[in-house]
Amino acid sequence: MAILTYRDALNAALREEMRRDPDVFLMGEEVGVYQGAYKVSRGLLEEFGPVRVVDTPITELGFAGVGVGAAMAGLRPVIEFMTWNFALLAIDQLINSAAKMRYMSGGQVGVPAVFRGPGGAALQLGAQHSQAFESYYAHIPGLKVVMPATPADAKGLLKSAIRDDDPVVFIEGEMLYNTKGEVPEGEYAIPLGQADVKHSGGDVTIVCHSKTVSVALKAAEQLAGEGIEADVVDLRTIRPLDHETVLESVGRTHRCVVAEEGWPFAGVGAQVVDVIQREAFDELDAPVVRVSGADVPMPYNKHLEKAAKVDPGKVVEAVGRVLYR
Amino acid sequence: MATQVVMEALSPTMEEGRLVEWKKQEGEQVAAGDVLAEVETDKAVMELVARVSGVLLRQTVKAGQTVPVSTPVAVIGAPGEAVAAGNGAGAEGAKRAAGAAPAESAAGTPDRSQAPAAPPGPPPAARTSATPAPKAATAPPSPALSPSPAPTSAPGARVKASPLARRIAAEKGLDLHGVQGSGPEGRVVLRDLERAAPVPPPSAPAPRAAPLPGALQTATEPSRPAPAPSPIVPAGAAYADVPLTQLRKTIARRLVQSIGPIPTFYLTSEADMERVAEAREAMLDADRPTSGLGSEVKVSFNDILIKAVATALRQHPACNAWWQDDHIRYWADVHIGMAVAVEEGLITPVIRHADRKTLREIAAEARDLAARARARRLAAEDYTGATFSISNLGMLDIEEFTAVINPPEAAILAVGRIGPKPVEHDGQVALRRRMRLTMSCDHRVIDGATGARFLQTLTGMLENPLAMVW
Amino acid sequence: MAHSTAARRARQSAKPSPDALAEEYKSWLRQMMVIRRFEEKAGEAYSLGKIGGFCHLYIGQEAVAVGSIAALRPDDYIVCSYREHGHALARGMSPRTVMAELFGKAAGCSKGKGGSMHLFDAERNFMGGHGIVGAHIPLATGLAFAAKYRGTEQVAVCYFGEAAVNNGAFHEALNMAALWKLPCVYICENNRYGMGTALERASAIYDISERASSYDMINEVVDGQDVLVMKNAMDRAVERARHEKAPTLLEVRTYRFMGHSMSDPIHGHYRTKEEVEEHRKRDPIAVWSRKLITDGLMDEPAVRALDAEVTAEIAEAYEFADKAPDPEPGELFTDVYKEDSVSGEQ
Repeated sequence: MAILTYRDALNAALREEMRRDPDVFLMGEEVGVYQGAYKVSRGLLEEFGPVRVVDTPITELGFAGVGVGAAMAGLRPVIEFMTWNFALLAIDQLINSAAKMRYMSGGQVGVPAVFRGPGGAALQLGAQHSQAFESYYAHIPGLKVVMPATPADAKGLLKSAIRDDDPVVFIEGEMLYNTKGEVPEGEYAIPLGQADVKHSGGDVTIVCHSKTVSVALKAAEQLAGEGIEADVVDLRTIRPLDHETVLESVGRTHRCVVAEEGWPFAGVGAQVVDVIQREAFDELDAPVVRVSGADVPMPYNKHLEKAAKVDPGKVVEAVGRVLYR
Repeated sequence: MATQVVMEALSPTMEEGRLVEWKKQEGEQVAAGDVLAEVETDKAVMELVARVSGVLLRQTVKAGQTVPVSTPVAVIGAPGEAVAAGNGAGAEGAKRAAGAAPAESAAGTPDRSQAPAAPPGPPPAARTSATPAPKAATAPPSPALSPSPAPTSAPGARVKASPLARRIAAEKGLDLHGVQGSGPEGRVVLRDLERAAPVPPPSAPAPRAAPLPGALQTATEPSRPAPAPSPIVPAGAAYADVPLTQLRKTIARRLVQSIGPIPTFYLTSEADMERVAEAREAMLDADRPTSGLGSEVKVSFNDILIKAVATALRQHPACNAWWQDDHIRYWADVHIGMAVAVEEGLITPVIRHADRKTLREIAAEARDLAARARARRLAAEDYTGATFSISNLGMLDIEEFTAVINPPEAAILAVGRIGPKPVEHDGQVALRRRMRLTMSCDHRVIDGATGARFLQTLTGMLENPLAMVW
Repeated sequence: MAHSTAARRARQSAKPSPDALAEEYKSWLRQMMVIRRFEEKAGEAYSLGKIGGFCHLYIGQEAVAVGSIAALRPDDYIVCSYREHGHALARGMSPRTVMAELFGKAAGCSKGKGGSMHLFDAERNFMGGHGIVGAHIPLATGLAFAAKYRGTEQVAVCYFGEAAVNNGAFHEALNMAALWKLPCVYICENNRYGMGTALERASAIYDISERASSYDMINEVVDGQDVLVMKNAMDRAVERARHEKAPTLLEVRTYRFMGHSMSDPIHGHYRTKEEVEEHRKRDPIAVWSRKLITDGLMDEPAVRALDAEVTAEIAEAYEFADKAPDPEPGELFTDVYKEDSVSGEQ
């Protein structure tokens, strides 16, 4: 096992897949000469050259469309958005072109592209640079949405996303890039659509993804000190959602808290709650409680921003509610 | 001009006071310096003295209520002077204590004109000593769930219950109407079913068949008549919630600060097990020649211990309790949790009404629960609701040990191995089979002497087994 | 080197024989007639409720599709807007499968799941039929990118209307094509009206071709009503793309005789009946058949006979589509993802 940062794990995945398959190329702003806005693509231009590592003008819509077109021809582009905030400009290409192509063409033309970049908030970046949009893309049939929380998951899932024949929205996190974790040596890939239990327990289920996984684990630690053992379920893939793992956990614990970074209305958590109440109604001893980002644009002030975000205390408090403490 | 009487800080550290008893009633003339009421502070029972003269127009706090310092408790003024309507707690309190169901009272403010006429003294059941009146639970008519608190919903009305509670109730044949819900708005949730400690379905109260000659008792449901009720728990009730006295609160607060979540102390005793061993061997010998149920289930030392503990608890109900943060719950029934080691750790299945079961019944049930525990086939109802737990490491050759209390229970008994030791017996040194018991007690519920007396009774029962059936 | 003058001359001198050319010219007439009769029949079917949703007819613009596609190879890519029936037919897709798709039947080229605006034929590299104005232009750039990436001689051709050139996607796509030197031909079919808005009212600059100068891109203005003119212009653009890896913007001036779609009146308020009538004088089919007759390649009866044959073929395609079965209900959930195990049932 090696210890890698999340960033380096992604870099390794890109490198390995580009070595493995000549049809894989990387395109985006600052991915080449600049070595990547967040250094995820460090060294790739040097190894693979400018045909396969392409710097673009600031034209999210344009180069997302170029990526879709190249994928229609059978290449495997990895299109990097500097952040998913900017990718709003490209959302037409992702939804109206990429997601729909296979269906509209009656199965003839697929789009094996990966669209990746950091999503959600960092620190004091303000309202336009802090948005968690995964539910927008998870809403669309034809897209897959993947959000790894750890370096090991990041590497394994990016490799699978690149190999997948459907368009994959791959959302990382600026605040995750520096985190470190054990990454298996050698070749491995993690299948899409599989959640992962990051901490086992029988008293309460905490469903989470991306940045809320570490929050949930800290909450689990605190809860363990009070004698409550939490089953922390990291979704890893948002679409398709792993119903089985979530339901198996709730079937044992009978109570659930869902934690997510994004806004509450029609967020990913709402879908998780729907699945649980629909499929595990008779297992529930309490309503499922959601913990999400505050329903406001992200404020700049440091304390307001902290209050807007999900933290372990909020998760612990929610667990208290489902335990009727 | 009416004057407010407030709860005064009668000691430098007092933060709240409990009004034990009004010494002056509404409508009475008081003079400055008269004792208005007795108030229990954090340290002792003090007198609340009137600071003005006049007529005690209103008691705004009823006896038994605890309020923070500076809260208005009464009004003194000129006779017939109009006073702003208070919370009318006094008259309502009297109505409640008269035995009406503690369900939400539909009445608004009670009729003021009646207040001076009816003596609004403390509720009839209250004692004038420092111990407060227990908030008793009355028994509902429903037979399906006999000893349980008054239902929050009438039979036939819709019960709020979690889906899980509904499912388990349906599986167990329980009537949700009889279960008190502790969730929001009275929702019945899993732990309420666990605490309801359901009696088996209506066939249970049927009288026992006359014993057959040489009969072996079949392992039926416990159908012997209920023993004498606990002195603390009123007849027919499942439990009595006793509010904490100021003294208890103080003890709790200070001990928690010094020790941790549960202020635990340990009592150790050693029991001479010779007579238990002899009795057991005699029973096994008696069973051997016959075939049938009895010979399949061998009564073990542990089973005998469970029975002894359960019986001793009947005599020491103060040890058969749960700590509930702001009150103590004394249980009417005895349910013994027995710690079982399973692959992943430890679980404590419960033998309900252990005091009422025969040794064979206990043995059969203990065997079954242990097997199911190891096979991970215990349901929630099987391992919740114990009122007292036992942990036995004797089979692993442990001499003695201290066990950890299972909250919210107030105590746990740790038992070591039975082995020969040289002790004084009849004036000589002899080798006798001895067993060490260590009881861990939650000091917020059980004090040293209380625990010691229980242990003394228990040890006495083990040393003289017939005491169990006296 | 492929783009040297000598090589180019060599290719140009490899002209077809007069007979082959005559056949080719006649085939263009036939193709335009196929498109015309098809579109007329489609309009009829729409009015009868057999075609639902949107239906954008190409009547009047046939020479653009036929002339330009005639210059392409089978492995070149084509990307169109939603007014693409003509291009699909010109590319060689059968009137049966196209009509069946318009009717929403399983035998349609997109299995009935695309409709009028989403005709696809992967084998012919006909990459759709797209509904969002301008959004398909970057797709063509991407297809050209793939061709260059792989080192093939493929060219990507993109068709769009003049109203799309004010769109951000147009700008971004052309900039990248020029910047990265991609083998692309962008064909703006300037029929002067973006739905109901005349070009003068939508564009600060009237001459679309001038936009190319923003990207230092070669551009030409082409008379789109003459199929040979169109073909020749396309030859130049395709040559440039294929061998010089340089994109071209062709502004093809044409005219649509029908409304924007079947939901629009023929002239409405935004143009006069007289204007439409005036443009009908340059009906591309009339223009071309007159030339063939003048050049002695066909006579009037032959032209009429050809038209009758085409009309019969289209009528048969109509019957085929009308009788063809609907897709199975299970088709609702297929083709969302490559593996149907992750279908629409979340």
